[in-house]
Amino acid sequence: MRKTNDLILQTVTKVISFIIILFSIHLFFAGHYTPGGGFIGGLMTAAALVLLLLAYDIKTLDNILPFDYKLMTAAGLLIAVLTAAGSLLFNVPFFTHAYDYFDLPLLGETSLHTAVLFDIGVYMVVIGITMTIIQTIGESE
Amino acid sequence: MLNIVVSISLIAVALSMIGIVYRVIKGPTTPDRVIALDSLGISLISVIGLISVLMRTSVFLEVILLLGILAFIGTVAFSKYLEKGEIIQRERDQ
Repeated sequence: MRKTNDLILQTVTKVISFIIILFSIHLFFAGHYTPGGGFIGGLMTAAALVLLLLAYDIKTLDNILPFDYKLMTAAGLLIAVLTAAGSLLFNVPFFTHAYDYFDLPLLGETSLHTAVLFDIGVYMVVIGITMTIIQTIGESE
Repeated sequence: MLNIVVSISLIAVALSMIGIVYRVIKGPTTPDRVIALDSLGISLISVIGLISVLMRTSVFLEVILLLGILAFIGTVAFSKYLEKGEIIQRERDQ
């Protein structure tokens, strides 16, 4: 193993990973009306984290994002189940979603839908599982 | 008129992809194959752009950006494996 200098890769990563994360957030929120959604958004966020893992190392990523990805998977599943079970409080069947139009201060009239909460659960589960798999494989000596 | 132009460009891109696939199969060293796979991904992006012009839709535009990001990450991962012998390091030794 030779000593190498990754200055170009690390500088490019600092710029591109933010662009990838912004693109994944766009994919996540655009999923209701255009192609996209929680699954591909989570995969893109995991791709940005994988790019950080490639340019730096596992310890650096642990320092800047101290997440336990297994807990993240569990939290995403909990959010999805609670969203589905919340409809039982209003005497409607399991998994019934609701939406309404609200006047938000900056965005104007926006339709807020409870399917977004379920999508947040999918997003967190996808990020958690992908990062768990990649970190577990990468750590084996 | 536009359909004819786009079809001709699709045929040209397909011919260039055949040349790239020849380099992937024949390529004497591994870096040749990595560069060929990267340019295959870029040609695939142009195919998707041309097809979305042909089908008069804009729902494939996310796929273009997605393929660009994936081709970049894949090429970086292959290059790091060729350079250092491992893809994800536990701790950077410098």
